[in-house]
Amino acid sequence: MDPIISFRDFTFQYRAQARPTLYNIDLDIYPGEKILIAGPSGSGKSTLASCINGLIPFSYPGESSGTLTVDGKQARKESIFALSKSVGTVLQDPDGQFIGLTVAEDIAFALENDCVPQKEMHAAVARAAGLVDVDRHLGRAPHELSGGQKQRVSLAGVMVDAVKILLFDEPLANLDPAAGKQTIELIDRIQKETGTTVLIIEHRLEDVLWRSVDRIVLMDEGRIAADLRPDELLCSPLLTEAGIREPLYLTALKYAGVALSPDKKPAHPDTLELTGADRDAVRAWYHAAPAAAPAPRQPVLLEVKDLRFGYTKGRDTLQNISFAVRKGEMVSIVGRNGAGKSTLSKLICGFEAPGSGSILLDGRDITGDTIRQRAGRIGYVMQNPNQMISKTMIFDEVALGLVQSGLGPGEVRAKVEDTLKICGLYPFRNWPVSALSFGQKKRVTIASVLALGPDVIILDEPTAGQDFRHYTEIMEFLRGLNRQGVTVLMITHDMHLMLEYTPRALVFSDGRLIADRSAAGVLCDPALIEQAALKETSLFTLANRCGIAPPEAFVQRFIDFDREVREHGC
Amino acid sequence: MAANTVLNYLPRKSFVHALTGTTKLAFFLLFTFASMITYDTRVLIGLMAVSFAAFKASRIKLREVRFMLVFMLVFLILNNVFIYLFSPEQGVEIYGTRHVIVTLFWRYTITWEQLFYTLNISLKYFVALPVAILFISATDPSEFAASLNSIGVSYRVGYSVAIALRYIPDIQRDYHSISQAQQARGVELGSKEKLSARLKNSVNILLPLILSSLARIDTISNAMELRGFGKKKKRTWYVQRPFARNDWLVLALGAALLAASLIITFWDGDRFFNPFI
Repeated sequence: MDPIISFRDFTFQYRAQARPTLYNIDLDIYPGEKILIAGPSGSGKSTLASCINGLIPFSYPGESSGTLTVDGKQARKESIFALSKSVGTVLQDPDGQFIGLTVAEDIAFALENDCVPQKEMHAAVARAAGLVDVDRHLGRAPHELSGGQKQRVSLAGVMVDAVKILLFDEPLANLDPAAGKQTIELIDRIQKETGTTVLIIEHRLEDVLWRSVDRIVLMDEGRIAADLRPDELLCSPLLTEAGIREPLYLTALKYAGVALSPDKKPAHPDTLELTGADRDAVRAWYHAAPAAAPAPRQPVLLEVKDLRFGYTKGRDTLQNISFAVRKGEMVSIVGRNGAGKSTLSKLICGFEAPGSGSILLDGRDITGDTIRQRAGRIGYVMQNPNQMISKTMIFDEVALGLVQSGLGPGEVRAKVEDTLKICGLYPFRNWPVSALSFGQKKRVTIASVLALGPDVIILDEPTAGQDFRHYTEIMEFLRGLNRQGVTVLMITHDMHLMLEYTPRALVFSDGRLIADRSAAGVLCDPALIEQAALKETSLFTLANRCGIAPPEAFVQRFIDFDREVREHGC
Repeated sequence: MAANTVLNYLPRKSFVHALTGTTKLAFFLLFTFASMITYDTRVLIGLMAVSFAAFKASRIKLREVRFMLVFMLVFLILNNVFIYLFSPEQGVEIYGTRHVIVTLFWRYTITWEQLFYTLNISLKYFVALPVAILFISATDPSEFAASLNSIGVSYRVGYSVAIALRYIPDIQRDYHSISQAQQARGVELGSKEKLSARLKNSVNILLPLILSSLARIDTISNAMELRGFGKKKKRTWYVQRPFARNDWLVLALGAALLAASLIITFWDGDRFFNPFI
């Protein structure tokens, strides 16, 4: 069989860059295959995708050598339009790529551009919508849909064209964990039903492997570092070397001294073959260390009492929310989009006023304070640093809030420099913000909030879209701040983050606080996971398979051990 | 999420809503042209009657379009005031007579001619306004692009209108959240702060807003190109509806009104109806 996509000694360099982004790629993908292209940020995996769908060179010009054949066409000589007949691309941002004013129009978009007569178009849209289960929402506007639904619409929008190749660019980046899981299931179903060739670009390996893939192509620094079956790749050290996180249950098995080999089928925690000896090893490892003693309790810093809020009359977005956060805690706030997480942070920061209830800081009622009165004590960091940074120079950006508070230039300078030192940004103080990477920009935004000396900072999705290395960098930084006494609240969809960094989680569903307990406990509670659209951890599966109870204690043991390993080496 | 719509589409079952977007746009253009060209009071009153009848037929309530109404009225008053300030004798010049009611000061006198002229200007507003509001409020936004395209505007231009409608609420939301995050850093932007400080500080919102909007544009244009936008000279429209009998009737009415208004207006070789001679 001839490959449907074939790279031969393919090298590509963006016009604005000094060095190639892809080096001597040789890769064959055969019809009907399902391939995961993994790799850290900057490894060239997205560039590889853009070469296949024609965005390169159509939108992003550059120089290429070697050959790339897509569905029998020489990609370099074809227009993006010709390639789009063969390759359907679902981009990362489900909201940004929603073009139409309604679901039906968005799905019809490609057909409209092809001058398909209206009658045929209506039939094709109905068919594609049915395939991805959005046929009951055809008249809806994008803001009436969840992230997962928008992504389904995008998929339907490329499926109307009967494409042979489906390309997903980081499909999990903007979804809540349950929606991400459903997306992986949906991709799997579509691929089986239609026989399409599927390429998934993701660095979240464990989540994609929820359904099996044929091969994993591992990219690193513009080259193919591995092209293996999942079972083989997971047993090699290549993933870790490339900075991709291996699935947690495998890390746990390694800690327990269980040897992995491809014939044990390690690609999925349910199908993994464990011998009696393996289970004993895991149990022995679990019992080897006692649980860590809980940290001494600090006084309550932030208290929320009976909070109620609604954007429209008669429809409450939040109902009867009560909880207390102690000084020096690190807490995650989780739940599906629209469950009330962001609204809660808006109320705490004072962006919105609650319908009833009160918010106390250090025992003082701040419910009536303005945003600016709270600004010195409660910091808020947005998800996207580009939406927060309003100055061109790093120093000015961090100084912004202090200048506003009316301090003298000397004091401002001293405070800004202190903050920059804490944040590891001091060497860059005279740099323009635009010269920084995404992670560094994030750090600048955190610094700009820290400069005001807040007691609490609230972060919205601090690691969204970041690969493992950047994720670790940002989170270790936040952990360091937390150890210096800053209380941290984080809104997140990232189950790893919640498990590894926040001992405690507040779980929201439909405007209610449905659980307030340890992160490990939350991710070992199937009913809660289901209700709040979370995703259980594979460690839970492993604990059950090894007969360890309670599973959350096993999860906690893993987290503590993993931290030890990372801080002190093995 | 708070409801956020720029143009207020008010869906309901009515004769006006049932017309295609193209018909409404064409009628709006014909009608506005008719009302712009004439100063003949009789014609204007006739057109106004049609205009009010159309509004009535749409079953849209006045209070639902209050904002646009007030906006236009303020504009109308400003327009009249400025005409008077800059040329208080415009009416006299046009009608060729001068009936003074009262003399104010310097060159400012109030004459019957000026008042009559102002009345005509105001009438023009009242002719065009209801039809304009109808076009905005009774046309499904999904039909805008298609209707622009069908009267000869390039579909690329038509579609950029549609895209703007799609994204303006998102950009408003961005603006809102950027502003809130700035306030959380102590920047004076809230409604309780001084206006001068708010104006000065609003610059801080601009840079992030522009950057995030540019990023949006990049994503959307990639998404559009990947799905073949701009491939052909023409395109079809999912929501476009076929012309019905009423559409033809309304178009004919529009054309007839324009013709009638032209004939009556220019019958005596003058755009103005002159009651003073």
